[in-house]
Amino acid sequence: MLVLIVADLRYNRLGYARGALDTLLTPIYWIADLPTRVGQWQETHIQSRDDLLQETERLRRENLVMQGRSLQMASLQADNTRLRALLNSTALLRDDVLVAELIGVSPDPVRHQVVLDKGESDAVYLGQPLIDSDGLVGQVVEVGELTSRVLLITDSTHSLPVQVNRNGVRAIAEGVGSLDRLEIRHVAATTDIQVGDLLESSGLGGRFPTGYPVATVVTVERDPGQPFARILAKPTAALDRSRHVLLVFRSDPPGVD
Amino acid sequence: MEEGANAYWVILLSFLVALILAVTPMPAWLVWGRPEWVALAVIYWTIALPHRVGILTALVIGIAMDVLEGAVLGQNAFALVVVSLLAMVLYQRLRVFSLWQQAAVVFVLVGINQLICQWVQNLEGAGAQSLLFLLPACSSALLWPLVLHGLRGLRRFYRVT
Repeated sequence: MLVLIVADLRYNRLGYARGALDTLLTPIYWIADLPTRVGQWQETHIQSRDDLLQETERLRRENLVMQGRSLQMASLQADNTRLRALLNSTALLRDDVLVAELIGVSPDPVRHQVVLDKGESDAVYLGQPLIDSDGLVGQVVEVGELTSRVLLITDSTHSLPVQVNRNGVRAIAEGVGSLDRLEIRHVAATTDIQVGDLLESSGLGGRFPTGYPVATVVTVERDPGQPFARILAKPTAALDRSRHVLLVFRSDPPGVD
Repeated sequence: MEEGANAYWVILLSFLVALILAVTPMPAWLVWGRPEWVALAVIYWTIALPHRVGILTALVIGIAMDVLEGAVLGQNAFALVVVSLLAMVLYQRLRVFSLWQQAAVVFVLVGINQLICQWVQNLEGAGAQSLLFLLPACSSALLWPLVLHGLRGLRRFYRVT
Protein backbone atom coordinates (compact mmCIF):
# COMPACT_ATOMS: atom_id res chain seq x y z
CA MET A 1 0.00 0.00 0.00
CA LEU A 2 2.77 2.38 0.91
CA VAL A 3 4.44 1.30 -2.30
CA LEU A 4 1.25 2.32 -4.10
CA ILE A 5 1.25 5.74 -2.47
CA VAL A 6 4.89 6.33 -3.36
CA ALA A 7 4.41 5.04 -6.91
CA ASP A 8 1.54 7.43 -7.52
CA LEU A 9 3.03 10.41 -5.73
CA ARG A 10 6.64 10.31 -6.87
CA TYR A 11 6.70 8.51 -10.14
CA ASN A 12 3.25 9.02 -11.58
CA ARG A 13 3.29 5.47 -12.90
CA LEU A 14 -0.37 4.68 -12.44
CA GLY A 15 -1.98 6.86 -15.10
CA TYR A 16 -3.49 4.04 -17.12
CA ALA A 17 -4.72 2.11 -14.09
CA ARG A 18 -6.38 5.26 -12.80
CA GLY A 19 -8.03 5.90 -16.15
CA ALA A 20 -9.41 2.37 -16.23
CA LEU A 21 -10.66 2.53 -12.65
CA ASP A 22 -12.20 5.91 -13.37
CA THR A 23 -14.16 4.42 -16.23
CA LEU A 24 -15.25 1.57 -14.01
CA LEU A 25 -16.49 3.88 -11.28
CA THR A 26 -18.22 6.39 -13.54
CA PRO A 27 -21.72 5.07 -12.67
CA ILE A 28 -21.22 6.09 -9.05
CA TYR A 29 -20.74 9.73 -10.03
CA TRP A 30 -23.62 9.43 -12.41
CA ILE A 31 -25.96 8.16 -9.71
CA ALA A 32 -24.77 10.73 -7.19
CA ASP A 33 -25.57 13.39 -9.75
CA LEU A 34 -29.11 12.09 -10.43
CA PRO A 35 -30.97 14.39 -8.00
CA THR A 36 -29.47 17.46 -9.69
CA ARG A 37 -30.41 16.05 -13.06
CA VAL A 38 -33.98 15.46 -12.00
CA GLY A 39 -34.11 19.02 -10.67
CA GLN A 40 -32.88 20.34 -13.98
CA TRP A 41 -35.27 18.24 -15.97
CA GLN A 42 -38.11 19.52 -13.87
CA GLU A 43 -36.94 23.08 -14.37
CA THR A 44 -36.85 22.75 -18.14
CA HIS A 45 -39.92 20.58 -18.65
CA ILE A 46 -42.32 21.83 -16.03
CA GLN A 47 -42.38 25.54 -16.57
CA SER A 48 -45.19 27.96 -17.11
CA ARG A 49 -45.81 29.39 -20.56
CA ASP A 50 -45.31 32.91 -19.25
CA ASP A 51 -41.90 32.09 -17.88
CA LEU A 52 -40.87 30.54 -21.16
CA LEU A 53 -42.06 33.53 -23.16
CA GLN A 54 -40.20 35.88 -20.86
CA GLU A 55 -37.06 33.79 -21.11
CA THR A 56 -37.25 33.73 -24.91
CA GLU A 57 -37.74 37.48 -24.98
CA ARG A 58 -34.75 38.01 -22.73
CA LEU A 59 -32.55 35.70 -24.78
CA ARG A 60 -33.62 37.40 -27.99
CA ARG A 61 -32.62 40.78 -26.61
CA GLU A 62 -29.32 39.40 -25.37
CA ASN A 63 -28.66 37.85 -28.75
CA LEU A 64 -29.32 41.18 -30.47
CA VAL A 65 -26.81 42.94 -28.22
CA MET A 66 -24.21 40.22 -28.82
CA GLN A 67 -24.71 40.38 -32.58
CA GLY A 68 -24.33 44.14 -32.49
CA ARG A 69 -21.09 43.75 -30.60
CA SER A 70 -19.67 41.14 -32.94
CA LEU A 71 -20.43 43.20 -36.07
CA GLN A 72 -17.05 44.83 -35.90
CA MET A 73 -15.34 41.59 -34.95
CA ALA A 74 -14.46 40.60 -38.51
CA SER A 75 -12.78 43.88 -39.36
CA LEU A 76 -11.02 44.01 -35.99
CA GLN A 77 -9.72 40.51 -36.49
CA ALA A 78 -8.41 41.36 -39.93
CA ASP A 79 -6.75 44.43 -38.45
CA ASN A 80 -5.23 42.36 -35.71
CA THR A 81 -3.84 39.80 -38.14
CA ARG A 82 -2.29 42.54 -40.27
CA LEU A 83 -0.71 44.22 -37.27
CA ARG A 84 0.64 40.97 -35.96
CA ALA A 85 2.09 40.25 -39.37
CA LEU A 86 3.76 43.68 -39.23
CA LEU A 87 5.20 42.76 -35.86
CA ASN A 88 6.45 39.48 -37.27
CA SER A 89 4.60 37.42 -34.70
CA THR A 90 2.54 34.37 -35.49
CA ALA A 91 -1.14 34.85 -36.13
CA LEU A 92 -3.50 34.03 -33.26
CA LEU A 93 -5.45 30.94 -34.04
CA ARG A 94 -9.07 30.59 -33.14
CA ASP A 95 -9.51 27.72 -30.66
CA ASP A 96 -12.26 25.14 -31.02
CA VAL A 97 -14.34 24.39 -27.97
CA LEU A 98 -16.52 21.56 -26.75
CA VAL A 99 -19.28 22.08 -24.21
CA ALA A 100 -18.99 19.75 -21.22
CA GLU A 101 -21.15 19.34 -18.19
CA LEU A 102 -20.03 18.99 -14.59
CA ILE A 103 -21.19 15.73 -13.08
CA GLY A 104 -19.26 15.71 -9.85
CA VAL A 105 -17.20 17.73 -7.44
CA SER A 106 -14.41 16.24 -5.36
CA PRO A 107 -15.88 15.47 -1.92
CA ASP A 108 -12.65 16.54 -0.27
CA PRO A 109 -12.78 20.29 0.46
CA VAL A 110 -9.01 20.75 0.18
CA ARG A 111 -8.96 19.24 -3.30
CA HIS A 112 -10.41 21.55 -5.92
CA GLN A 113 -11.29 19.06 -8.60
CA VAL A 114 -14.39 18.50 -10.68
CA VAL A 115 -15.51 15.64 -12.90
CA LEU A 116 -16.78 16.28 -16.43
CA ASP A 117 -19.04 14.15 -18.59
CA LYS A 118 -16.59 14.12 -21.51
CA GLY A 119 -13.67 11.73 -21.77
CA GLU A 120 -11.34 9.95 -24.12
CA SER A 121 -14.19 9.11 -26.49
CA ASP A 122 -14.62 12.85 -27.08
CA ALA A 123 -10.87 13.29 -27.67
CA VAL A 124 -10.26 15.01 -24.34
CA TYR A 125 -6.53 14.96 -23.60
CA LEU A 126 -4.34 15.31 -20.53
CA GLY A 127 -3.51 18.94 -19.78
CA GLN A 128 -6.38 20.30 -21.81
CA PRO A 129 -7.46 23.78 -20.65
CA LEU A 130 -11.01 24.46 -19.52
CA ILE A 131 -12.87 27.77 -19.58
CA ASP A 132 -16.34 29.03 -18.77
CA SER A 133 -18.11 32.13 -20.05
CA ASP A 134 -16.10 34.42 -17.75
CA GLY A 135 -12.60 33.04 -17.69
CA LEU A 136 -10.14 30.23 -17.23
CA VAL A 137 -11.32 27.36 -15.01
CA GLY A 138 -8.59 24.74 -14.90
CA GLN A 139 -6.91 21.88 -16.70
CA VAL A 140 -7.61 18.20 -17.27
CA VAL A 141 -5.49 15.96 -15.04
CA GLU A 142 -7.08 12.56 -15.58
CA VAL A 143 -8.90 11.12 -18.56
CA GLY A 144 -11.27 8.17 -18.37
CA GLU A 145 -13.24 6.66 -21.23
CA LEU A 146 -16.38 8.74 -20.60
CA THR A 147 -15.36 11.20 -17.93
CA SER A 148 -12.40 13.35 -17.10
CA ARG A 149 -11.14 15.04 -13.96
CA VAL A 150 -10.20 18.69 -13.91
CA LEU A 151 -7.89 20.50 -11.50
CA LEU A 152 -9.22 24.01 -10.83
CA ILE A 153 -6.85 26.98 -10.90
CA THR A 154 -7.57 27.61 -7.19
CA ASP A 155 -6.26 24.22 -6.01
CA SER A 156 -3.29 24.68 -3.72
CA THR A 157 -1.14 22.52 -6.00
CA HIS A 158 -1.90 24.57 -9.10
CA SER A 159 -0.20 27.63 -10.52
CA LEU A 160 -0.31 29.26 -13.92
CA PRO A 161 1.58 31.98 -15.77
CA VAL A 162 -0.41 35.20 -16.20
CA GLN A 163 0.15 38.71 -17.48
CA VAL A 164 -1.45 42.00 -16.55
CA ASN A 165 -3.84 43.01 -19.30
CA ARG A 166 -3.00 46.72 -18.86
CA ASN A 167 0.77 46.64 -19.26
CA GLY A 168 1.89 43.07 -19.93
CA VAL A 169 3.70 42.51 -16.61
CA ARG A 170 4.21 38.76 -16.23
CA ALA A 171 3.64 36.82 -13.03
CA ILE A 172 2.63 33.45 -11.64
CA ALA A 173 -0.83 33.03 -10.12
CA GLU A 174 -0.99 30.31 -7.50
CA GLY A 175 -4.03 28.68 -5.99
CA VAL A 176 -4.26 28.87 -2.20
CA GLY A 177 -7.05 26.35 -1.65
CA SER A 178 -9.87 28.88 -1.46
CA LEU A 179 -12.33 29.11 -4.34
CA ASP A 180 -12.31 32.90 -4.59
CA ARG A 181 -8.61 33.63 -4.14
CA LEU A 182 -5.44 33.39 -6.18
CA GLU A 183 -2.13 34.63 -4.91
CA ILE A 184 0.35 36.34 -7.23
CA ARG A 185 3.71 35.18 -5.97
CA HIS A 186 7.15 36.74 -6.09
CA VAL A 187 6.30 40.10 -7.55
CA ALA A 188 8.87 42.78 -6.75
CA ALA A 189 7.48 45.56 -4.54
CA THR A 190 8.04 48.13 -7.28
CA THR A 191 6.17 46.24 -10.01
CA ASP A 192 3.27 48.14 -11.55
CA ILE A 193 0.23 46.10 -10.53
CA GLN A 194 -2.84 47.89 -9.20
CA VAL A 195 -6.12 46.88 -7.62
CA GLY A 196 -8.62 46.18 -10.38
CA ASP A 197 -6.08 45.01 -12.94
CA LEU A 198 -7.23 42.14 -15.12
CA LEU A 199 -4.87 39.18 -15.25
CA GLU A 200 -5.01 37.02 -18.35
CA SER A 201 -3.25 33.81 -19.24
CA SER A 202 0.10 34.54 -20.85
CA GLY A 203 0.48 31.17 -22.52
CA LEU A 204 4.10 31.02 -21.45
CA GLY A 205 3.95 27.58 -19.86
CA GLY A 206 2.70 26.15 -23.14
CA ARG A 207 -0.21 24.60 -21.30
CA PHE A 208 -2.86 27.32 -21.43
CA PRO A 209 -3.80 29.34 -24.51
CA THR A 210 -2.96 33.03 -24.47
CA GLY A 211 -5.39 35.81 -23.61
CA TYR A 212 -8.13 34.22 -21.55
CA PRO A 213 -9.10 36.26 -18.46
CA VAL A 214 -8.00 34.57 -15.24
CA ALA A 215 -8.57 36.92 -12.31
CA THR A 216 -8.89 40.51 -11.18
CA VAL A 217 -6.54 41.93 -8.56
CA VAL A 218 -8.35 42.72 -5.30
CA THR A 219 -5.60 43.63 -2.85
CA VAL A 220 -2.02 44.83 -3.22
CA GLU A 221 0.03 45.15 -0.04
CA ARG A 222 3.47 46.67 -0.28
CA ASP A 223 5.31 46.19 2.99
CA PRO A 224 8.74 47.88 2.90
CA GLY A 225 10.10 45.15 5.16
CA GLN A 226 9.22 42.42 2.68
CA PRO A 227 11.09 41.71 -0.55
CA PHE A 228 7.88 40.98 -2.48
CA ALA A 229 4.48 42.60 -2.68
CA ARG A 230 1.56 40.53 -1.41
CA ILE A 231 -1.06 40.44 -4.14
CA LEU A 232 -4.40 38.63 -4.05
CA ALA A 233 -6.73 38.23 -6.99
CA LYS A 234 -10.24 36.91 -7.48
CA PRO A 235 -10.83 34.43 -10.32
CA THR A 236 -13.19 35.79 -12.97
CA ALA A 237 -14.67 32.37 -13.75
CA ALA A 238 -17.62 31.26 -11.62
CA LEU A 239 -15.68 28.29 -10.23
CA ASP A 240 -18.28 27.24 -7.68
CA ARG A 241 -21.33 27.89 -9.82
CA SER A 242 -20.93 27.10 -13.49
CA ARG A 243 -22.31 23.73 -14.48
CA HIS A 244 -21.54 24.06 -18.17
CA VAL A 245 -17.94 24.61 -19.14
CA LEU A 246 -15.94 24.67 -22.36
CA LEU A 247 -13.03 22.39 -23.17
CA VAL A 248 -10.61 24.23 -25.42
CA PHE A 249 -9.07 22.28 -28.29
CA ARG A 250 -5.92 23.79 -29.65
CA SER A 251 -4.68 23.28 -33.15
CA ASP A 252 -1.33 22.19 -31.72
CA PRO A 253 -1.86 20.23 -28.49
CA PRO A 254 1.26 20.73 -26.41
CA GLY A 255 3.18 17.67 -25.36
CA VAL A 256 2.45 16.56 -21.85
CA ASP A 257 5.12 14.86 -19.84
CA MET B 1 -37.05 -14.02 3.11
CA GLU B 2 -34.73 -16.87 2.30
CA GLU B 3 -31.78 -15.76 0.23
CA GLY B 4 -28.67 -17.61 -0.82
CA ALA B 5 -26.49 -19.01 1.93
CA ASN B 6 -24.87 -15.73 2.91
CA ALA B 7 -26.37 -12.93 0.80
CA TYR B 8 -23.10 -11.19 -0.05
CA TRP B 9 -24.94 -8.74 -2.23
CA VAL B 10 -26.30 -6.88 0.82
CA ILE B 11 -22.74 -6.08 1.88
CA LEU B 12 -21.79 -5.05 -1.65
CA LEU B 13 -24.89 -2.90 -1.98
CA SER B 14 -24.25 -1.13 1.31
CA PHE B 15 -20.68 -0.30 0.25
CA LEU B 16 -21.97 0.96 -3.10
CA VAL B 17 -24.49 3.23 -1.35
CA ALA B 18 -21.73 4.45 0.98
CA LEU B 19 -19.55 5.32 -2.03
CA ILE B 20 -22.41 7.18 -3.68
CA LEU B 21 -23.14 9.12 -0.48
CA ALA B 22 -19.45 9.91 -0.22
CA VAL B 23 -19.43 11.80 -3.54
CA THR B 24 -22.92 13.32 -3.43
CA PRO B 25 -22.65 17.10 -3.74
CA MET B 26 -23.09 18.85 -0.39
CA PRO B 27 -24.19 22.38 0.48
CA ALA B 28 -21.19 24.63 1.10
CA TRP B 29 -21.59 24.83 4.89
CA LEU B 30 -21.50 21.04 5.14
CA VAL B 31 -18.47 20.19 3.01
CA TRP B 32 -16.10 19.96 5.95
CA GLY B 33 -18.51 17.96 8.09
CA ARG B 34 -19.44 15.26 5.57
CA PRO B 35 -19.70 11.98 7.50
CA GLU B 36 -17.25 9.32 6.37
CA TRP B 37 -19.90 6.92 5.10
CA VAL B 38 -17.41 4.44 3.74
CA ALA B 39 -15.46 4.26 6.99
CA LEU B 40 -18.74 3.76 8.88
CA ALA B 41 -19.74 0.89 6.60
CA VAL B 42 -16.30 -0.71 6.95
CA ILE B 43 -16.45 -0.42 10.75
CA TYR B 44 -19.95 -1.88 10.95
CA TRP B 45 -19.29 -4.87 8.74
CA THR B 46 -15.96 -5.59 10.39
CA ILE B 47 -17.60 -5.66 13.81
CA ALA B 48 -20.62 -7.65 12.64
CA LEU B 49 -18.94 -10.16 10.32
CA PRO B 50 -15.18 -10.13 10.98
CA HIS B 51 -14.79 -13.42 9.10
CA ARG B 52 -16.32 -11.93 5.93
CA VAL B 53 -15.28 -8.31 5.81
CA GLY B 54 -11.79 -7.27 6.73
CA ILE B 55 -8.57 -5.90 5.40
CA LEU B 56 -9.00 -7.03 1.82
CA THR B 57 -12.46 -5.48 1.53
CA ALA B 58 -11.17 -2.28 3.11
CA LEU B 59 -8.32 -2.21 0.59
CA VAL B 60 -10.58 -2.61 -2.44
CA ILE B 61 -13.15 -0.07 -1.21
CA GLY B 62 -10.36 2.32 -0.26
CA ILE B 63 -8.87 2.25 -3.74
CA ALA B 64 -12.31 2.87 -5.23
CA MET B 65 -12.63 5.82 -2.87
CA ASP B 66 -9.22 7.15 -3.91
CA VAL B 67 -10.18 7.08 -7.55
CA LEU B 68 -13.51 8.77 -6.86
CA GLU B 69 -11.91 11.45 -4.73
CA GLY B 70 -9.02 12.03 -7.08
CA ALA B 71 -6.68 11.40 -4.17
CA VAL B 72 -3.29 9.75 -4.28
CA LEU B 73 -3.89 6.05 -4.96
CA GLY B 74 -3.58 4.27 -1.63
CA GLN B 75 -4.48 7.18 0.65
CA ASN B 76 -7.96 6.05 1.63
CA ALA B 77 -6.99 2.42 1.14
CA PHE B 78 -4.26 2.72 3.76
CA ALA B 79 -6.51 4.64 6.16
CA LEU B 80 -9.41 2.19 5.80
CA VAL B 81 -7.15 -0.83 6.24
CA VAL B 82 -5.86 0.61 9.51
CA VAL B 83 -9.42 1.33 10.62
CA SER B 84 -10.65 -2.17 9.80
CA LEU B 85 -7.58 -3.68 11.48
CA LEU B 86 -8.34 -1.76 14.68
CA ALA B 87 -12.02 -2.69 14.45
CA MET B 88 -11.00 -6.36 14.10
CA VAL B 89 -8.87 -6.16 17.20
CA LEU B 90 -11.67 -4.47 19.12
CA TYR B 91 -14.78 -6.20 17.80
CA GLN B 92 -15.40 -8.52 20.75
CA ARG B 93 -15.37 -5.61 23.18
CA LEU B 94 -17.27 -3.31 20.83
CA ARG B 95 -20.19 -5.71 20.55
CA VAL B 96 -20.97 -5.48 24.26
CA PHE B 97 -20.52 -1.72 24.49
CA SER B 98 -23.55 0.52 24.81
CA LEU B 99 -24.53 2.55 21.78
CA TRP B 100 -22.81 5.77 22.85
CA GLN B 101 -19.67 3.99 23.98
CA GLN B 102 -19.54 2.50 20.50
CA ALA B 103 -20.05 5.98 19.04
CA ALA B 104 -17.05 7.20 21.05
CA VAL B 105 -14.89 4.42 19.58
CA VAL B 106 -16.20 5.27 16.11
CA PHE B 107 -15.16 8.87 16.77
CA VAL B 108 -11.62 7.74 17.48
CA LEU B 109 -11.48 5.33 14.51
CA VAL B 110 -12.78 7.88 11.99
CA GLY B 111 -10.44 10.44 13.53
CA ILE B 112 -7.53 8.09 12.84
CA ASN B 113 -8.83 7.64 9.30
CA GLN B 114 -8.87 11.42 8.82
CA LEU B 115 -5.40 11.85 10.30
CA ILE B 116 -3.88 9.28 7.96
CA CYS B 117 -5.57 10.90 4.95
CA GLN B 118 -4.22 14.23 6.15
CA TRP B 119 -0.68 12.90 6.39
CA VAL B 120 -0.73 11.55 2.87
CA GLN B 121 -2.23 14.78 1.57
CA ASN B 122 0.52 16.72 3.27
CA LEU B 123 3.08 14.57 1.46
CA GLU B 124 1.45 15.81 -1.70
CA GLY B 125 1.45 19.39 -0.46
CA ALA B 126 -2.33 19.71 -0.37
CA GLY B 127 -3.13 19.40 3.31
CA ALA B 128 -5.85 21.34 5.13
CA GLN B 129 -4.86 24.57 6.85
CA SER B 130 -6.97 24.07 9.98
CA LEU B 131 -8.23 21.28 12.22
CA LEU B 132 -11.56 21.31 10.39
CA PHE B 133 -10.58 18.04 8.74
CA LEU B 134 -11.44 16.30 12.03
CA LEU B 135 -15.08 17.41 11.83
CA PRO B 136 -16.18 14.25 9.94
CA ALA B 137 -15.16 12.26 13.03
CA CYS B 138 -17.82 14.09 15.05
CA SER B 139 -20.54 13.83 12.42
CA SER B 140 -19.77 10.15 11.82
CA ALA B 141 -19.95 9.39 15.55
CA LEU B 142 -23.30 11.18 15.77
CA LEU B 143 -24.61 9.16 12.84
CA TRP B 144 -23.35 5.84 14.22
CA PRO B 145 -26.66 4.83 15.89
CA LEU B 146 -28.46 5.35 12.59
CA VAL B 147 -25.90 3.34 10.61
CA LEU B 148 -25.83 0.59 13.22
CA HIS B 149 -29.60 0.12 13.33
CA GLY B 150 -30.00 0.48 9.57
CA LEU B 151 -27.32 -2.04 8.64
CA ARG B 152 -28.20 -4.39 11.49
CA GLY B 153 -31.80 -4.40 10.30
CA LEU B 154 -30.67 -5.21 6.78
CA ARG B 155 -28.30 -7.93 8.00
CA ARG B 156 -30.96 -9.64 10.09
CA PHE B 157 -33.67 -9.29 7.47
CA TYR B 158 -31.57 -10.88 4.73
CA ARG B 159 -29.71 -13.16 7.14
CA VAL B 160 -26.28 -12.16 6.00
CA THR B 161 -23.73 -14.38 7.68
